[in-house]
Amino acid sequence: MKNWLNPRSTVGIALIAVALIALPFVVGAAGQAWVRILNFAILYVFLALGLNIVVGFAGLLDLGYIAFYAVGAYTWALLASPHFGLHFPVWAILPIGAVLACFFGVLLGSPTLKLRGDYLAIVTLGFGEIVRIFMNNLNSPVNITNGPQGITLIDPVRFGDFSFTGTSQILGLTLGGPQKYYFLLVALAILVIVINVRLQHSRIGRAWQAIREDEIAAKAVGINTRNVKLLAFAMGASFGGIAGGIFAAMQGFVSPESFSLIESIMVLAMVVLGGMGHIPGVILGAVLLTFLPEALRYAVTPVQMALFGKILIDPESLRMLIFGLALVLVMRFKPAGLWPSPERSRELGDKVAEGAK
Amino acid sequence: MSDILLEAKAVAKHFGGVKALRDVSLTIRRGEVYGLIGPNGAGKTTFFNCMTGLYIPDGGGFVFDGLALQADAPHQAAERGIARTFQNIRLFGNMTAIENVMVGRHVRTKAGVFGAMLMNRRTRDEEAAIRQRALELLHYVDIADRADDLAKNLSYGDQRRLEIARALATEPKLLCLDEPAAGMNATETEELRVLIEGIRNDGTTVLLIEHDVKLVMGLCDRVAVLDYGSLVIEDVPAVVQKDQRVIEAYLGA
Repeated sequence: MKNWLNPRSTVGIALIAVALIALPFVVGAAGQAWVRILNFAILYVFLALGLNIVVGFAGLLDLGYIAFYAVGAYTWALLASPHFGLHFPVWAILPIGAVLACFFGVLLGSPTLKLRGDYLAIVTLGFGEIVRIFMNNLNSPVNITNGPQGITLIDPVRFGDFSFTGTSQILGLTLGGPQKYYFLLVALAILVIVINVRLQHSRIGRAWQAIREDEIAAKAVGINTRNVKLLAFAMGASFGGIAGGIFAAMQGFVSPESFSLIESIMVLAMVVLGGMGHIPGVILGAVLLTFLPEALRYAVTPVQMALFGKILIDPESLRMLIFGLALVLVMRFKPAGLWPSPERSRELGDKVAEGAK
Repeated sequence: MSDILLEAKAVAKHFGGVKALRDVSLTIRRGEVYGLIGPNGAGKTTFFNCMTGLYIPDGGGFVFDGLALQADAPHQAAERGIARTFQNIRLFGNMTAIENVMVGRHVRTKAGVFGAMLMNRRTRDEEAAIRQRALELLHYVDIADRADDLAKNLSYGDQRRLEIARALATEPKLLCLDEPAAGMNATETEELRVLIEGIRNDGTTVLLIEHDVKLVMGLCDRVAVLDYGSLVIEDVPAVVQKDQRVIEAYLGA
C-alpha cells in the first residue's frame, strides 16, 4: 500500500488511468464491435479473478464456475425483464445476484469439503452442468427460465434516467452504449481488483493459502478449514454472480447456451495461463484469452484469401486449433503461466529443472 | 487453577486389527516438560493425533485445562491451546517464513472478509500486530534473518525451528513436539534443548515425543513410555531409566 504514494508509481497510475480512459475511443475507431469485445474482456477479468480465489488462493480445482455466472445472469434476467414483468433497480439486483450466487457457492462447497484435486473437479463439473440443464428445462410445468429460448428484452443497467444503452452526450463527448458500459465495467473491475488484492494479503487470504499448501497443518494451527473453504467458494461465486448480472444487462438476452462447460474451461484456462494465484497474471490471462480468439476470427479469413484465394478451413475450427496449440506451448515453456508470481515461478522453475535431469 | 493441564483417560485407538493405543492414561502437569518415548510403532504419534483431533479415539478421551476436548475438531484443539509440530515437517512450503508464523496467529485474531475488503483501522492494526508478533517469534527461535525466504528453501534445522515458531504463534498452553530432534546432529540437538528449555521457562508446558534418549532424560521432568500401544511407566527420568520393562521394550529382551 505504501509504495502507491511514491512518485514513480503515481506517474504509472496516471499513465494507466489515461490509457484506460482513452482505450474505448481508440478501439471504438475500429468499430463498436471491438468495444464490445473489450467489455467482454473485462467481464472475463471479473470471472477469472473470482475463480482465482477458489483455484489460485485456496487451491480447490473448480470446473463448474460458470454456474455462478449463470445464476447471476438469470437473477438479473428474471428480476429486470418483461418475462415476469419485474423491473428491479440495479442497486437491488446486483446484490441479490451476488448473494444468490454466494448461496449456490456454499451449496456446491458443502458436499465437496472432503474432496480435492481430480475428484473435486469432477463434482464441480457436474454441478456446472446441472445448473445449465436446470436453466434449459425450467420452462415447464411452471415457466421460470423460458427454457432454451432464453429470456429477451432484459433491462440495461440504469441509474435513474441515465441508461447504459444508446448514445448520449457526456462532457461534450459522444458515448455509444458499449463505451458507457466500458466505464462502468472498468470502475467495477478496479473495485474487484482492490478487493482481491486486499483479500490475498489478509488473515483470510493467508488461511486460504495455508489450506492450499497443507490442509492438515492448516487444521493443526487452528484454521477451521471447513468454514474457510466455504468462504472461498462463496467469495468466488459472488464475483461470478456480479459478472453474470452485468452480462445479462449488457446483452439484453440470456440463454442456457452461454453457460456451457467450455466457458468454465475458458475461465480456468485464463487463470492457469495467466499465472495461478497472481492477480496481474490472471488479469493478463483473461484479456489475452478474450482478445486472441477474436483477433484470430478477424485475421483467419483475409489471410487464407490472400494465400490460397479461397477459404480452406472454416475460421471457427481453425480458431480452436490455434487456441489449443497456444495452450500447449505455454504450458510447455511457461508452466507457471505467462506472468506468475515470483514465488510460484521459482517453484515451478525448480521442478522443470529437476525433470530435465 | 488445577495443577493438571492435560489428562488422558483410557485412550484407545485401533486401525483394523492393529491396536495402536490400548487404554492409555496419563497426566501432564502445568509447566513441565513431559517426555513420551517408546520404540517405533509404539503409538506415540497416534496418541498425538488423537489428542490434537486429527484422529478420533475409539475409546476414552482427554480433559484439557479442566474441560473435555472435542474429539474430531483439530482447529478447536488449537483454539483451546494445544499446538503441535509434525514428525515429518509440515510447513506451508510456498509461503515465506514470516507468513507461516502469521498463519499461526489466525486462531488468535478475528479479521474477516469484510474487514479485509474495507481495510478499516481495526483490521490494519490487527494486521500490523500479527506481523510484529510473527517477527518477534522468528527472533525467538533465532531465524529472523530468513523471514522473507520461502519456507521450503530453509535448511532442515531452520524448518524445525520455523514449525515451532508457527506453533508458538497460536499462544499454546501445551506445545507438542513430535520428534523435533530427528535428523539433527549433536550441535543442533543441543541448540534445540536450549530452545525447549526457554519455552518451558517462559511458561508453556511442553509435551515431547523423542527418540534421542539423552535429550529426553536431560530435558524432561517426567517421562512416559509406550510399548505396543500400552503405557509401560510414567515417572521421573531417573526411575524410568532403570525400569526393567523399559529396558526390555527397547532392547527386545
